[in-house]
Amino acid sequence: MTDLLTLAASTATGLPLGITEGGSWLLRNAWLIPALPALSFLGILFFGKRMPRGGSELGIALVGLAFVLSLLTAAAWIDHRDNFEGEEVHRVVAVVEHGDESAEGHGDGPAEAHAPAHPSLAVHNTVTWFELNDVVFTVGTLVDGPAVMMMVVVSLVSLLVHVYSTEYVAGDRRYTHFFAFLSLFSASMLLLVVSENTLQLLVSWELVGVCSFVLIGHWWEEKPNSDAALKAFLTNRVGDMGLIVGVTILFFTVGSALPGQFGSFSIAETNALAGSGQLSHTALLVASCCLMAAVMSKSGQFLLHTWLPDAMAGPTPVSALIHAATMVVAGVFMISRMYGVFFEGFSIGGSSINLMALIGGITTLIGACLAFVQRDIKKVLAYSTISQLGYMVMALGVGAWTAALFHLFTHAFFKACLFLGSGSAAHAVHSFDMKSDMGGLRKVMPHTYRTFVIGSIALAGLPPLAGFWSKDEILVGTGGWGLFGGTGGNGAYTFMLVMGVITAALTAAYMTRCIYLTFFGEFRGHGTPHESGPRITVPLWILAGLAIVAGLLNLPKGFPLVPESLQERFGHYVEPVAAYFPSISHGTPSWSLAIASTLVVLSGIGVAGWYYFVKVEAASKAAGESLTELPDGLTTKYPLAKMGHTFLVQKYYLDHLYTDVIAGGIKGPVAAAAYKIDQDVIDGVVNAAGENAVKAGNLVYHRFDQLVVDGIVNASGRASFGAGGELRKIQTGKVQDYAAILFAAAMVLAGILIVIV
Amino acid sequence: MLLNQFLLLAAALFAIGVYGVLARRNGVLVLMSIELILNAVNINLVAFSAVRATVGGEVFALFIIAVAAAEVGVGLAMVLLLYRNRRSIDLTEIDQLRG
Repeated sequence: MTDLLTLAASTATGLPLGITEGGSWLLRNAWLIPALPALSFLGILFFGKRMPRGGSELGIALVGLAFVLSLLTAAAWIDHRDNFEGEEVHRVVAVVEHGDESAEGHGDGPAEAHAPAHPSLAVHNTVTWFELNDVVFTVGTLVDGPAVMMMVVVSLVSLLVHVYSTEYVAGDRRYTHFFAFLSLFSASMLLLVVSENTLQLLVSWELVGVCSFVLIGHWWEEKPNSDAALKAFLTNRVGDMGLIVGVTILFFTVGSALPGQFGSFSIAETNALAGSGQLSHTALLVASCCLMAAVMSKSGQFLLHTWLPDAMAGPTPVSALIHAATMVVAGVFMISRMYGVFFEGFSIGGSSINLMALIGGITTLIGACLAFVQRDIKKVLAYSTISQLGYMVMALGVGAWTAALFHLFTHAFFKACLFLGSGSAAHAVHSFDMKSDMGGLRKVMPHTYRTFVIGSIALAGLPPLAGFWSKDEILVGTGGWGLFGGTGGNGAYTFMLVMGVITAALTAAYMTRCIYLTFFGEFRGHGTPHESGPRITVPLWILAGLAIVAGLLNLPKGFPLVPESLQERFGHYVEPVAAYFPSISHGTPSWSLAIASTLVVLSGIGVAGWYYFVKVEAASKAAGESLTELPDGLTTKYPLAKMGHTFLVQKYYLDHLYTDVIAGGIKGPVAAAAYKIDQDVIDGVVNAAGENAVKAGNLVYHRFDQLVVDGIVNASGRASFGAGGELRKIQTGKVQDYAAILFAAAMVLAGILIVIV
Repeated sequence: MLLNQFLLLAAALFAIGVYGVLARRNGVLVLMSIELILNAVNINLVAFSAVRATVGGEVFALFIIAVAAAEVGVGLAMVLLLYRNRRSIDLTEIDQLRG
């Protein structure tokens, strides 16, 4: 009953799951891809120190192999998606009250309403992990479009980060250790993306968290670094509780629809059942909210995002890996993986606002605002990541699933490029502070400068670079643009569209500021910076190249310049068309929206460019030194602007809220209240009792105590003094003597037990 | 099911553990010996659980493993502090509580 294989035969009455046990060898054995970096981790850990290059060569070789394998798997998937004609796995489900009379019971579900002509059956391969009574716990792989896409992205970025790190952390005191954990980090993330069930997802999710803790605190000898690592880990624990609770709720909710079983962790089953309308909406809503908490912490969404900027304490390659491919996109990927649950739970279709879209929208705005006031180049990028992750979560919240994943895909390339570029600049000037130690680097670091600008333009979203296409798709997906056609999203999310457009302008503006402060003006630091070596610049150019062309993978439908067979390739291969995925509707792209958003981006660049390249440049010439802001800018002229600036510098006072108000606020009043009760109530009772006791005591003392009790006490005192004098000899104070007595006594008791029983 | 072998193994482990607890002077080794004792119990639990085809024993063993992990964490912290204060982890030297 529990084995999916045996159920494949009962196609007539079961619920289709959209998965297959067939498929090509590469797709069935996708576990090899996480296994290779895991092997690299073990190899480096045990033998790394003895290798000529400290284990980095093993890491690069095995992660490179994983990347090649991912590419082959992607090719196999493309073939599978178009040509596979195998058996689909079905699952017998229980009849529920609100379903049909038949066991299928999903006639009114969206899965049935939009039955796909050629489903993209995900390749499912499991082995039994262990069994507890009737419940079988499996581990395995579920390989479909998003998993394959993530495998390629993760292994590629990881490979480039490995290569880059050989120069960046060269001569580090824990060089080997660093590479071991880079490999484990990649392995955990690759395991997460192929996870077949939520339990496995949870395990790899936690592994990712542990690796981020280790790598953020890589230079733990300095207190801020170990604090940042702890903050990242503990903030993530808050969300992990949500994940554990959410997974547990889903386990039992799914169990309610499966006959003879009390639960299931299978992702395909959970999503298919959620989509079929068999599961209680309340349970799905609660589970979605819990899972959302996990996303908020892992993907740095508003309220729990505070760990992410602090995580910049880690080495720059780690930041690139965390931000582009492994850690923070885990949350976004988890939403996309459990999309059936979220789609039903939050009622994404046909709505105009929901928790996920709202959180994403707020995050994208607040992250972009914070990026303006940072001095540290990496923190600008960190807040930019928060903002872009907000974009992705918002896109998922409005039902633009493909757009979100496509943005994840393009963002991985240009954000990795930007991070590695910032690392290259910081490597040259030995500081991350843009205002005091950078400036004018474009002359000395031409490769870093060019790739950084390409990455920034891609991030800002100017055509034809990658960010433009994915951002435009998200804006289209909100379905809120009624002008000149171009609607048809999952609902009318006009509010999200507005937030997205504002963020686009802010993004363009803060990246302009960042480029000016880093690469223009005059050098403000010490020493003579020089361009980094090829092991840093080659990964930069590869990523910059991808940041230029990656957007072309998903040209919108109806794009006039290319044949139809080249349009929406990404959507075609990545978006599952199967029973475990909700049938989302897609917005129609519109020229007017694309042009409008491009104009918004240009205006953002224009305003920031005018401020820095015209006003600040002129002020610098007048002052004779390289300035980073106007001496008589808005914040000095207007108190309101100054207050806003301080508000941003203090990061909306969220850190104060958590440490002072919430932690302190709970500590303080509770202690004060306890003290008051102690003083007034308890002390009063005690005092009154004490006074009465004194009176009674005096009476007793003279009549009874002196004569009777003292006599007894003195006698027993003498007796116990003598006994104690003898017994103190066994009180040696040595713990092992006590243990010997304990075991001796236990043996005596055991002996008595044997004799009696 | 060869229950006896498991019980004998557990008994042997237990005895080794008790010997270690009583005879070793190094605090860390005493902690390790305590682990041996706990794992001897775990073997018994799992063995009986397997023979009787129930999961109760295995669940208990899991709990014991978790508790043992916590115990070792606390124990090692104590040994570490002991070492910092006294530059020695010889248990026979720690007898401030002598009567």
